Amino acid sequence: MSPLAIFFVIIGLGLLGWISARTRASAFAGVGEAKGRPHSLPAYHGWYVALWAALPALLFLALWAPLSSHLTMEAVVKSPPAATLPAFEMQRNAILAEARELAEGTRTASFNPQAGALAETYKAAAVRYDLMGTVASLLLAFAGGAFAFSRIGPAFRARTRVERLVMGGLLVASLIAILTTIGIVLSLLFESLRFFSMVSPFEFLFGLDWSPQTAMRADQAGSSGAFGAIPLFWGTIFIGAIIAMLVAIPLGLMSAIYLTQYAKPAVRRWMKPLLEMLAGVPTVVYGYFAALTVAPAIRDFGRMLGIAGTSSESALAAGLVMGIMIIPFVSSMADDSLNAVPQAMRDGSLAMGATSSETIRKVLIPAALPGIVGGVLLAVSRAIGETMIVVMAAGLAANLTLNPFASVTTVTTQIVQLLTGDQEFDSAKTLAAFALGLVLFIVTLLLNIVALRVVKKYREAYE
Amino acid sequence: MADDMILSEAVRHERPDPVETERKMSAVGVSVWYGEKKAIDQVSIDVGRENVTAFIGPSGCGKSTFLRTLNRMNDTIPNARVAGRIELDGEDIYGPDMDVVQLRARVGMVFQKPNPFPKSIYENVAYGPRIHGLAAARADLDEIVERSLQRAGLWEEVRDRLQESGTALSGGQQQRLCIARAIAVDPEVILMDEPCSALDPIATAKIEELIHELRGRYAIVIVTHNMQQAARVSQRTAFFHLGELIEYGETSEIFTNPKVERTKDYITGRYG
Repeated sequence: MSPLAIFFVIIGLGLLGWISARTRASAFAGVGEAKGRPHSLPAYHGWYVALWAALPALLFLALWAPLSSHLTMEAVVKSPPAATLPAFEMQRNAILAEARELAEGTRTASFNPQAGALAETYKAAAVRYDLMGTVASLLLAFAGGAFAFSRIGPAFRARTRVERLVMGGLLVASLIAILTTIGIVLSLLFESLRFFSMVSPFEFLFGLDWSPQTAMRADQAGSSGAFGAIPLFWGTIFIGAIIAMLVAIPLGLMSAIYLTQYAKPAVRRWMKPLLEMLAGVPTVVYGYFAALTVAPAIRDFGRMLGIAGTSSESALAAGLVMGIMIIPFVSSMADDSLNAVPQAMRDGSLAMGATSSETIRKVLIPAALPGIVGGVLLAVSRAIGETMIVVMAAGLAANLTLNPFASVTTVTTQIVQLLTGDQEFDSAKTLAAFALGLVLFIVTLLLNIVALRVVKKYREAYE
Repeated sequence: MADDMILSEAVRHERPDPVETERKMSAVGVSVWYGEKKAIDQVSIDVGRENVTAFIGPSGCGKSTFLRTLNRMNDTIPNARVAGRIELDGEDIYGPDMDVVQLRARVGMVFQKPNPFPKSIYENVAYGPRIHGLAAARADLDEIVERSLQRAGLWEEVRDRLQESGTALSGGQQQRLCIARAIAVDPEVILMDEPCSALDPIATAKIEELIHELRGRYAIVIVTHNMQQAARVSQRTAFFHLGELIEYGETSEIFTNPKVERTKDYITGRYG
C-alpha cells in the first residue's frame, strides 16, 4: 500500500477506536454509581484509545517512508545486475533514477538499457519493503489500540493522560518557532565562518571599500573583490536610522498625540485603523512609489539646487518613503504608551491649571518616554532590515557619503545582489551575503532586546 | 450604638468652631448629567471663605461629581453636562469670561489616590508655579517650593532629597506632596476628593492635622466617606443622597441633631 493509503487506514482505525471506546465508556456511568461517577467523560476514553491507535503507527510511518526508499536503493545497488553499473557517480545515479522512475511507472520507456534491467529489481525490493512497512504500521495501530482499550475502565484517568498529551503537543508547537530561529542562526553562523576563512573579519567590519566582484574562473580577468562593509553599514544607518527616523519620529509622535489627546472618539474610530493600514501595505508597493514617484522628484529637486552627485536613486528617496512606512509603528507604540499613562496624571496636571498642551509636553510625554523610545528602537530595527524599498530606490553603488541626494546602498540591497548572481555558492561573493545577514541579525536582535526591556521596565512602573 | 459613642467622642474632642464666614463659592440649582443619567439634581450650596466644608454620603451619591463641578474638572469627561450657576467670588465659573486655566489655578484639587508626577519632588511642587509663571528667578521658585512643602508638613521629611522621585515616597507623603503641589500656585479654594481613602490611619491623621492648619488660609472642601473624619475636620457638613443635597449645616448640628430623617439614618449607620 502507498504511504497515503496506510495513513488513511490508520486514521480510520483511530476513529474506530474512538467510537468503540466512547461507547464502552458511556456504559460506565451506570455501572460505577455506587462509587460515584467515573473519573473521565466518555469522550476522553475515546480520545485516549484513538491516540494510542494512531500516533505510534503514524510516527512509525513517518520514519519508515524515507528509510524504506533508502533500503530499496541499497538492495538495488547490491543486486547482481548492478555490478555492471558505470563507476562514475553521475552516470550511475542517472541510471538508478531512471530505474526508479520505470519501476514507479512515471516513465514508460527506458533510455539506458541497464535501467530496464534494474527496474525489475527495484520493483521487487520496493514491494518487499512496502509490505513490511504496511504490516508493521498496521500491527502497531492494532496493538496500540488494543492496549489502550484494555486499560479503560470507570476508575481509569483517561482525561489526565489526554490532557498531558495535548500539553505536549502545545509544547512541541512552541518549540518549532524557537528551533527554527536557532537553525537560522546556526546556518548563518556556519556560512559566515566559511566567508571569514576567506576574508578577515577585520577587513569585513572596518574596510572602507566594497566591491564584491570576484573572478568566476581561475583564468578569468576579473577584480579580486573587496569586502569592506563600512559603506554598506553607513548606507543602512543613513537611510534606516537617520532619514527614515527624521520622518517617522515627529510624524508618528504627533499623530499619536493628536489621536490620543485631541481627536474626538468618532474621528479616532476611523483615523486610527486607516493609519494602521499603512503598516499593511506590501513593502514592494512602497518600493514602486519610492522608485517611480519620489526618486525622480528628488533628483530634479537636487539638480535644481545644483548639488553635485545627485542621482536618480538616492538615499533621500528611499529614506523618506521608508519613514512614511514606519509611521504606523512609531505612532501605535506612542499611542499605547500615552494611553498607559494613568488618567490620574492627566487630571493632576489639568487640575493645576495646566492646558492640554502643557499637560502633554510636561507630564504625558516624559511619563510615556520609555515606551516611545522602545517603539522607536523597534521601528529602527524594522527599518534597517527592510529590503524592497532600498532595493528599488536606494541604488547599488557603495558610496560613503553624507549627501542625501547621492546613491548609497544598504546591507539588505547587497544581500539581494550577492545571492541573485550566477556565482558558485561557495565563492566569497555569495558567502559575503551570509556575513552581512549575520551582522544584520545581531544588530536587530540587540535592538529588539533593548527595546523590549525598556518597554517592560516602563510598564512595570505603573502597575 | 458603639459607632455613636465613638462619633460623639470625636465630636467632643475636636469640636470644630462653627464659623459664619463670608461666602467664597456658591452654587445655585446645579444639576449634572453623564449622558442620559442625571448624577446631581438641583443642588444649591455656599462654601465659606475660612471654613472646611465636608461632603458626606453613601457611595454613588454624587458628592465627588459635585466637587468636580467646582473647578470644572467635569469638562474633561466626554458627555458630562452641567446646568445651574456656580460662582467664585460672585463670578460665574461657567460663564463665557471665565478661563478654565485661571479657574483651576484659583481652585486647586487633591485626588483620591495620590498622583504625583513621575518627576522629582522639587519638580512636582515647581510644576504649577512654572506653568503659571509665578517665579521669575530660580531663587523665587526655590522659595515657593520650600514654603509649599512646609505648609504641607512635608519639608522636614524631604528637604535633603528634593531631587528624588516623587513616586518613591510613601502613600501618605505622596498625598502631602500633592497638597504641596496644589498650594504652590497659591489657590483660594482647595478641593479634596476623599484624600485619605488610600492611606493608613497614621498618614490619615497627618493629613487631617494638615487640613486644620490650612484652614483660614484657604477655603477647603473635602469629600469623605468617613463620618468621623468629617466630624473632626469640618465646620460645615453637607449630606448628599442619590444626587440630592439632603441637609447642609454646621457640622456639630448635623452630627448631633440632624433635622432630616434620612441624615439621621445615615449618621447612625442605618444605611450607607
